[in-house]
Amino acid sequence: MSILRILGIAAVASALGGCSSNWGWYVVNPSTASGLSNLKFLLGGLYYTIALSVTAIAISITVGLLIALPGLAANRALRNVNRLYVELVRAVPILVLILWVYYGMPQMTGLSISVFWAGVIALALSDSAFEAEIFRAGIQSIDKGQYEAAHSVSLGYLDTMRFVILPQAIRRILPALGNQLAYMLKMSSLVSVIGMQELTRKANELVVTEYRPLEIYTILVLEYLVLILLVSAGVRWLERRLQSDQSR
Amino acid sequence: MNPQSATPIIEISDVCIFFGEFQALKDVSLDINLGERTVICGPSGSGKSTLIRCINGLEMHDSGSIKVDGELLTSSRSSLRSVRSKAGMVFQQFNLFPHLTVLDNLTLGPIRSRGLSQKEARDIAMHYLERVRIPEQSSKYPRQLSGGQQQRVAIARSLCMEPKIMLFDEPTSALDPEMISEVLDVIVELANSGMTMICVTHEMGFARKVADKMVFMDFGEIVEMSPPKKFFENPNSERCQDFLQKILHH
Repeated sequence: MSILRILGIAAVASALGGCSSNWGWYVVNPSTASGLSNLKFLLGGLYYTIALSVTAIAISITVGLLIALPGLAANRALRNVNRLYVELVRAVPILVLILWVYYGMPQMTGLSISVFWAGVIALALSDSAFEAEIFRAGIQSIDKGQYEAAHSVSLGYLDTMRFVILPQAIRRILPALGNQLAYMLKMSSLVSVIGMQELTRKANELVVTEYRPLEIYTILVLEYLVLILLVSAGVRWLERRLQSDQSR
Repeated sequence: MNPQSATPIIEISDVCIFFGEFQALKDVSLDINLGERTVICGPSGSGKSTLIRCINGLEMHDSGSIKVDGELLTSSRSSLRSVRSKAGMVFQQFNLFPHLTVLDNLTLGPIRSRGLSQKEARDIAMHYLERVRIPEQSSKYPRQLSGGQQQRVAIARSLCMEPKIMLFDEPTSALDPEMISEVLDVIVELANSGMTMICVTHEMGFARKVADKMVFMDFGEIVEMSPPKKFFENPNSERCQDFLQKILHH
């Protein structure tokens, strides 16, 4: 519902804009052959934007969880490992990390890396520090009695986490995880600087040939808007589904 | 009492526990025989919960020793696992798993730590749900049950591990008054079936009914330990007399 409404408002705004002489919607008018091919060109970036974001978030959630767990340990050295990782990684701007991974790392390792994987690594690395903090907060919010109950039915650490603590923690951090996914979709636009053919790169390339930045970047804005509205609808659906059997 | 009860199933000797500077238990020694029903009472902060919690390693003792069914309790994983499989625990706050159905609450332990199949675990779970008289609630979630029902599920969850000993840490303190008796009835029934149990409670009527041994604790020490008749009618220590007066005459 809400997606349709927002898109409706956007459509009205563009239509109004179309009346003014500043707009030249013909570049993306699907009823003309060139407009249609321009539109297809722009949408062609969708695959990499999604593939980048989804791969990166899957990795960053996994790494984030693995980094969060030592942060919850009684052992101080383990907690420091967590602290060091989070502070270090969180301090590097994503754009800088992308450049470092793509141009810098091959010098260090002697291995060249594809644009796609450089993007995935940089995005995932940078996001993992935030995921780690989200997981730490979520796990810490679970009552101590849940651990005690799990221990009293002889569950070990891994089973306690897997069957008792994480299912409850993940329900609680779902809104925050949704935030990170939306953030990741947007940050994937930065990977355009190393030549990834995702949405933003496609738009940039079309602007260079068509000289209609206003229309093309407006389409770009709408593309991200649709993606992120879909993500938030998905997260809300998941929340409702999981909440139905959760206490409170 | 049968003859095998001569060897204690729980041997606690000279146990001390510190929480920072505070000494929660001071050289506590206590033997529990097989089949014996022990009730521990005492004012809050007296160490009674700490004592019952350290029997299955939820609190680690700093000195002294605890043996459960011949197994020396240490902080090693295997020792904790073995002791916990012998001593089930029921908590004041129930601590059911809120994201799992009643049935899944009951089968998780048996499947994951006792290695039973789904079906075996389910059969055991239904058996004990019937025993605590709520088999019809098996597919509900904990929040859909009353406090009394939740605590009975928690008791059934512990029983599904088929422990030799049941530990109850103030099982009725978090309940509304009208639900206390349904939980106590279940515990009494369990006591009558010969289960070895230790119960921390202030329900003195219940204690009189089921206890073989009464323990009174104060300031981290066992102050009085006697059979219920002597305990209620003629306790040795003044502190115990005071305490009983306060909780029996209000």
